Amino acid sequence: MAYTQNDFKKGQPRWCPGCGDHFFLASLHKAMAEIGVDPWNTAVISGIGCSSRLPHYMATYGMNTIHGRAAAIATGAKVANPNLTVWQVSGDGDGLAIGGNHFIHANRRNINLNMILLNNRIYGLTKGQYSPTSPRGFVSKSSPYGTVEDPFRPAELCFGARGHFFARAVATDAPGTIEILKAAYEHKGASVCEILQNCVIFNNGTHDAVYDKAGRAKNAIYLKHGEKMLFGENNEYGIVQEGFGVKAVKLGEDGYTEADVLVHDAKCEDNTLQLKLAEMEWPVALGVIRDVEAPTYDDSITAQIEEVKGQKKYHNFAELLETNDIWTVK
Amino acid sequence: MEIKEKESVVVRFSGDSGDGMQLAGNIFSTVSATVGNSISTFPDYPADIRAPQGSLTGVSGFQVHIGADKVYTPGDQCDVLVAMNAAALKTQYKFAKTDAAIIIDTDSFGPKDLEKAQFKTEDYLGEMGIDPDRVIACPLTTMVKDCLTDSGMDVKSMLKCRNMFALGLVCWLFDRDLDVAFNFLKEKFAKKPGIAEANIKVIQAGYDYGHNTHSSVANVYRIETKNKVPGRYMDITGNKATAYGFIAAAEKAGLKLYLGSYPITPATDVLHELSKHKSLGVTTVQCEDEIASCASALGASFAGALAVTSTSGPGICLKSEAMNLAVIMELPLVVLDVQRGGPATGLPTKSEQTDLLQALFGRNGESPMPVIAAASPTDCFDAAYAACKIALEHMTPVILMTDAFVANGSGAFKLPNLADYPSINPPYVPEELKGTWTPYMRTENGTRYWAVPGRQGFEHILGGLEKDDKTGAISTNPENHDLMTRKRQAKIDAIPVPDLEVLGDKDDADLLIVGFGGTFGHLHAAMDEMRATGKKVALAHFKYINPLPKNTAEVLKKYPKVVVAEQNMGQLAGWLRMKVDNFVPNQFNQVKGQPFVVAELVENFTELLNK
Repeated sequence: MAYTQNDFKKGQPRWCPGCGDHFFLASLHKAMAEIGVDPWNTAVISGIGCSSRLPHYMATYGMNTIHGRAAAIATGAKVANPNLTVWQVSGDGDGLAIGGNHFIHANRRNINLNMILLNNRIYGLTKGQYSPTSPRGFVSKSSPYGTVEDPFRPAELCFGARGHFFARAVATDAPGTIEILKAAYEHKGASVCEILQNCVIFNNGTHDAVYDKAGRAKNAIYLKHGEKMLFGENNEYGIVQEGFGVKAVKLGEDGYTEADVLVHDAKCEDNTLQLKLAEMEWPVALGVIRDVEAPTYDDSITAQIEEVKGQKKYHNFAELLETNDIWTVK
Repeated sequence: MEIKEKESVVVRFSGDSGDGMQLAGNIFSTVSATVGNSISTFPDYPADIRAPQGSLTGVSGFQVHIGADKVYTPGDQCDVLVAMNAAALKTQYKFAKTDAAIIIDTDSFGPKDLEKAQFKTEDYLGEMGIDPDRVIACPLTTMVKDCLTDSGMDVKSMLKCRNMFALGLVCWLFDRDLDVAFNFLKEKFAKKPGIAEANIKVIQAGYDYGHNTHSSVANVYRIETKNKVPGRYMDITGNKATAYGFIAAAEKAGLKLYLGSYPITPATDVLHELSKHKSLGVTTVQCEDEIASCASALGASFAGALAVTSTSGPGICLKSEAMNLAVIMELPLVVLDVQRGGPATGLPTKSEQTDLLQALFGRNGESPMPVIAAASPTDCFDAAYAACKIALEHMTPVILMTDAFVANGSGAFKLPNLADYPSINPPYVPEELKGTWTPYMRTENGTRYWAVPGRQGFEHILGGLEKDDKTGAISTNPENHDLMTRKRQAKIDAIPVPDLEVLGDKDDADLLIVGFGGTFGHLHAAMDEMRATGKKVALAHFKYINPLPKNTAEVLKKYPKVVVAEQNMGQLAGWLRMKVDNFVPNQFNQVKGQPFVVAELVENFTELLNK
């Protein structure tokens, strides 16, 4: 069935004017329309926080649950009903601080969930405390002299948990966002999409280098599987290997030519170079960074149930009783 | 030889953790149940996983109570104590009656064994003040080896059969037919006929040894069977019965059973049991923590499954957040709390009833939740079934309480026929409401409808924020919050539960004993003993704790004296005082991590009666 974005829209979002969540929501509506799964076979499950209000603006089934638990709740929903397409939405506080444990285990188990991480590097709903993705030294209401801790890098956490899919987009970049959302849906297993999203009130400008088109042209690289990793306004830069890492170089300088530029391989099982790409500070890597097939938990558990059904001779409660040592009292 | 007719007898098998005492006890209870005796068992595990062999902390026990008529508890003290080594005698003798027969393996009372068991001299019987005439001392290990010389087995394997010699001896003592034991072993070791044969040989040897050697010195006990209820039976532990109750309810409701769980003593056996039954479509997910196990179950409930999460008290602390979400989302969920000693890690393998107030109130906000407590190992089945039925039909999380005693103990379970159980009908939103339905629209009895994802036209959002009664949208309207709070409370209050039953001298008791959950057997036995001496005593035992049965106040106020006996500091008493005007009961509270001792209850209640 053909859908339009309006088939997935509901209500009037209450985020601050200019909040990155507005942009993302519009892209999600469009992506869902293009994906074409029926709204009644779709569930959007969030935790708590500004971005976790999102299910209220979806014409699908949804749950706006409790802080940090969205991935765990989504896990149960998907395992109990594998026919449901499940989107899990969290912010950086919800997903990586209070919900960090569920984030890594959903990745490790490889549940077929589309996991959206809206990263604005701040707690917005509680009005401006540093989050687990805020950089060291970050000044906020709860860190007036700067934080004394290092942030998580979401890709590193995902890969450390043996995640098989990681993609990144900027909230204001609709085509880039829609592209990774569709790729996340296509990928069978836990698919983490980090959305760089600006909080206009408490952390304005955190993603400025890539937040508009001109910035992205200069400071971002769009990765495409099988294509050379070129970037810059005129593709004058490229990513080359250096030692055990990667670096950005200007073609024609220091003897680098296009032949030295690496071809992106999102399907490579070894995540070493994918991690290097995800962690580059310049340029910021966007698009699908890792997309590797692996058995999913929900498929495996369903298959195991079918297999055991074939092996065992009891298939209902009455038959189960008969598997015990039984005696008769006359 | 004298044959003693007895109403009931308690046997306690004890030995090293690896001595197979649980198996010997299990077979003996099965053998007894087969002739129609009533049985009740209680395993007593050491807290350490593998304490050093022969040490005092490594002793494991299994107590079996068999009776001509109904037995309600595994018994306070035993009539026969089997002690497979010196450490067992040292630690378990305190469970023996003063005239109990004691069976020991003299081969395990050498100098090293005695030292490990911290005996000071070689006269261990003297040290413990045991009359040698009561002791059946046999070189058990030697005889097992002799018996299996020709079997081709190595010594280590032979020694694994020691428990069967003890079992044979006990079977002789109770004049038991060995065929049932033989069949049990043949089935258990169907794939290893050699092992089955060896065990059978050793049982027979133990039996013959008793018959030939001790027939002049010991008594043979005979337990006749009275008031038999004909039918087919199996032995079942509380945890297994609970798991079976969930399976039965899911089948009756036509739903997939989903268990989210995390290993925790003493609830883990429920996870083990349900994990086995994939051929019934049971889905079990062992989660990363207690929080996720409850949260994932709630997700499964949203998606349309019968969702269960199992744990003990410390896990309830962590699950309470998601349980509260289930309260406000009004989704069905069964939360099993197999209580253990607390607070914090407390006494993980021991039993208490100290989570009652946590179950009733341990959440933020006004968060009413039905609470059901199982009375015995076999009652766990009915309690689990009832918990699922209430959760599904009233769209609410339900707390099902058992405890370590009930969960690990076992009883003879008359095989249930699912056709005899009430149907389970969740309030699925009717198709004709499409277009006008909103998420918090209610049925006649105040229950929210269930719209399971996959149904077109019923897309909706639930969540932890307060919702508008009419539209289901987020609402902070003060009047609406007050209304929704009252509606959630009224829904729980209106759940129909059976009336409180009064047992014993219900018309003219001078003392009413009140309890809940796993103490039923002990309180019942105490009542029986008191009534046998002519006292007028009744028992009212609560299984449904929230909502309370309608006749609660009427029952509690009917008798001149009331005592609420519980394994906590007075939690049920406090709850009843909150719910029943001017109710001031006497209290008997014990928090030892051990089951009540019937004799202590009788002494205390009698004193109360005479006051």
